[in-house]
Amino acid sequence: MSATIAPACRPADYRSAVKPIWCPGCGDFHVLMAFTRAFAELGVRPEQVAVVSGIGCSSRVPAYMNCYGFHGVHGRSLAVAAGLKIVRPDLMVVVASGDGDGYSIGGNHFLHACRRNVDLTYVVMDNHIYGMTKGQPSPTTEPDFDTALAPGGTGMRPFHPLVIALASGANFVARAFSGNPAETAGIIVEAVRHPGFSFVEVLSPCVTYRPDQRAWKDRVHRAPVDATDDAARAARRVMTDDGFNLGVLYRGNRPPYAPPIGKAITDLAELEREFEL
Amino acid sequence: MAEASSVSVAFVGSGGAGALTTGRLLLEAACAAGWHGLLTRSVGPQIRGGEAAALLRIAVDSVECHGDRFDLLVGVDWLNAHRFETEIALGPDSVVVSDPQGGDPPAIVPASGARVIELRLKELTTANPAWRPNMIAVGAAAQLLRLDQVVLADLIDKRFQDKGPAIVAANLAAARAGAAAVAHHNLGFGLARPRAAGARRWLITGNEAVGLGAIRGGIRFAAAYPITPASEVLEWLALNLTKVGGSLVQAEDELASINMIIGGSYGGAPSLTATSGPGLSLMVEALGLATAAEVPIVVVNVMRGGPSTGIPTKSEQADLNIAVYGVHGDAPHIVVAPQSIPDCLLTTQWAVHLAESLQTPAILLSDQFLGQALAAIARPADVSFIGQRQRATAIVAPYRRYALTANGVSPMAVPGVADGQYTAESLSHTERGLPSTSASDHHAQLDKRRDKLERFVFGDLWATIEGEGTLAVIAWGSLTGAAREAVAQLARAGRQVRLIAPRLLSPARPAEMAAALEGVSRLLVVEQSHGAQFYRYLRAHYSLPADTTVLHRPGPLPIRPGEICRELLREQSS
Amino acid sequence: MSADAPRASSLVDLYAIAYQIEVDAVERYTMLADQMEMHNNLALVDVFRDLARAEGIHRDQICSMAGDFDVAAHARKVARWHLGESPESADLAAAHYLMTPHDALQMALAAEQRALEFFRELLANAVDTDVRHLAAELVEEETGHVALCHRLLLRYPPPAGGRPAGDPDPPASQA
Repeated sequence: MSATIAPACRPADYRSAVKPIWCPGCGDFHVLMAFTRAFAELGVRPEQVAVVSGIGCSSRVPAYMNCYGFHGVHGRSLAVAAGLKIVRPDLMVVVASGDGDGYSIGGNHFLHACRRNVDLTYVVMDNHIYGMTKGQPSPTTEPDFDTALAPGGTGMRPFHPLVIALASGANFVARAFSGNPAETAGIIVEAVRHPGFSFVEVLSPCVTYRPDQRAWKDRVHRAPVDATDDAARAARRVMTDDGFNLGVLYRGNRPPYAPPIGKAITDLAELEREFEL
Repeated sequence: MAEASSVSVAFVGSGGAGALTTGRLLLEAACAAGWHGLLTRSVGPQIRGGEAAALLRIAVDSVECHGDRFDLLVGVDWLNAHRFETEIALGPDSVVVSDPQGGDPPAIVPASGARVIELRLKELTTANPAWRPNMIAVGAAAQLLRLDQVVLADLIDKRFQDKGPAIVAANLAAARAGAAAVAHHNLGFGLARPRAAGARRWLITGNEAVGLGAIRGGIRFAAAYPITPASEVLEWLALNLTKVGGSLVQAEDELASINMIIGGSYGGAPSLTATSGPGLSLMVEALGLATAAEVPIVVVNVMRGGPSTGIPTKSEQADLNIAVYGVHGDAPHIVVAPQSIPDCLLTTQWAVHLAESLQTPAILLSDQFLGQALAAIARPADVSFIGQRQRATAIVAPYRRYALTANGVSPMAVPGVADGQYTAESLSHTERGLPSTSASDHHAQLDKRRDKLERFVFGDLWATIEGEGTLAVIAWGSLTGAAREAVAQLARAGRQVRLIAPRLLSPARPAEMAAALEGVSRLLVVEQSHGAQFYRYLRAHYSLPADTTVLHRPGPLPIRPGEICRELLREQSS
Repeated sequence: MSADAPRASSLVDLYAIAYQIEVDAVERYTMLADQMEMHNNLALVDVFRDLARAEGIHRDQICSMAGDFDVAAHARKVARWHLGESPESADLAAAHYLMTPHDALQMALAAEQRALEFFRELLANAVDTDVRHLAAELVEEETGHVALCHRLLLRYPPPAGGRPAGDPDPPASQA
């Protein structure tokens, strides 16, 4: 990513005047702060940043920022962002999503975004619930969590997004916690700087539907070991950890996606040659 | 013998008999001699080794559809050839070339009264194991059609060069033997001599023409998910976009491909994808997104038999409804349809121009017939439509992306432009693009998006209108050619018929259509749709003459000029 | 001193750190005031705007104490917490749309207590004389703030019956 280092922008320069609709106590406020801090740290001009999102509480982020934004439809933000970044490699493209938007309807695009490895940063605010639509289980909800749509719990094992990201080829994998916005900002900075597809799963409590998640702040802790560049090792760690290891967990070495370059022609008429009789 | 303006030839064969290769060689031989032609193919359901038919029409001038009947049918073998019976109409003047040891021809052959002549393929290939039966057949067909054998030999040589001299020699010998085997028949099909070589000509399919039109129109980014019969558009672009500094990326599904091109377009590059009915169904939500957020994109839909998985390899015109009405909410956008293979180039180029000018999706409805037919055409004239969106520059904050302007089009800031930051918004929004549920904002933006289409000057390209008459026929897409030929047939019989073929299907153009229908008291609508989608669309949006009827049939069979003629004449007498 | 916290090796460092702490506090209280405004909790809008204003005054005092020195620029360099937060920042996660002034003051008290603890520790570890002097002033300042919070908490007791069970309107689905 080629960011223009400008006269220092402060975090406030990346915020728009729009007041968020999020419930007071929502973890996403801290994530928004983390974004603004991260962008200030990276020194990129607000007009050089594009924040792409789908549908959900976390997907409201673009309107709250003073960058270019795209508030698309449910689950498709990674596709929009990939098209944008391929056409505009000069921009810094960040994708904001939630566990429903990103892992349920967006699941297929998640797999292929990791595989395709376009230079993007994907920040998923995971609160183990569908907040905006009033509290249905998401792919990361615990099996016994009671909801109206799945009374008594889904009975299904939660999705493991970090492992899936590693298995699918993501080049950078990290876990953060919204309650540590400075740490989260630092992780986002690293994620942006790392080439290829960088995935940051941010545990971000939902104050309205998951008040039990207040306990997360006592459960999160730094990962006991440093990040590895061995995807299999990282996957094993993540599959066996307590789900609250914070920090960069994996830094890979895959070259980022580069579109093929053809032999340039100067005259469009050359394209007709193959048809000429 | 009266000179015919065209002759129609069909080759059938199976199990790798090479019927399709044969058709192409013959078309190229005819083109080399200066004729025009059109080649389509039909296949059985197998992946390999299935039965195949190459359907070829050679003509003095450009032809846009198959004729009413085939003059020559060559059976390389007859295995499962009955599959093609309904597509290969024969008559007593038709000639059928058959191997007496190749099994029985299908029932249509004896039933038609066609003359059968022998070509002993099995005997010849047994005696000469290196000879392929389709090479013998192509030599025979060229001889019967009085095509130049030297030209054919030259083509065979070029075509099989990479297979080595032994194969080339065997194929040349086989073709010569085929020609010799039928040389004693003096049939001639009365095909008039070709015109003197003058205009530059191309041999091209509709799908290729779409690709070329896209690049000429300014498309520089495409996302692709393969689907029959649209994949060739994307494959051509995959190779050629990089030559002009663009790129194509393969997506994981159609949901991704359309969202990718929305992202690419948001970033400033005119962007396109191509699909068919099932893919378009998946893309509908994103079409609404592009409409609501005012992001220009072009979606090429190469229609095939539907609904659902339908008939992937056959043409139909039943995606009009989804193209025009498929998006939830009120989301008017552009729908255009090319009318012939050369028109695929112009209409695609125009579609890019419309999408970019109007900052909206443009759906281009091609179909399997146009997309996959190979035709010799006059090199289309250059047209000047280049996609140009109105860009916001030198912006004074606060930028209003969705500002209400006189013509409904608001300048679009592209990421990177200072002070132009906005969030492209799928929610109902204010002029600045902030989410809004207010009535005034919702109404204002709906009005804006409708008005920008209605106020646009589309010009004469909106429809092809030819001829005069109180009787008119209206068709669209690939049926334009058949309708035009029907009109020509009737003109030769002294009856004047006007042809109307809209290229712009949506938005509707009531004033222009009223002018086109001026003086028309009887109208025949022709379309390839079981539910008469076009007829119902016309009824919904236009005033039609009291005496308006519809000739409609779904795929897989095309509607032929003769059928249209009969329908037009039938009405006359009633 | 937590390993994460910035160190004040010089007077200007301490100005910068103290400044940043107040800037962060102002930011949090402003965010909370905006949130309360969006959620129609008018009493809390006033409380948080008042707190933001108070922290703003303290921020400005630090700036004027530093004279011509560009405290803001220096703060960007030295006043960085990489894991935790600057101590006086109200915990946004503790907010609630039905919170009462008592809740807000509990938040503020916790923030001021953290700030006090921070400066006490800084004072205890300070070597430089000027740093010690300023640190002592800051400790005194924060001690006053803590006391103020306690007084205000007496004026705004928690409502009888605790936090309301919830408003009669269920949450609205917006997507």
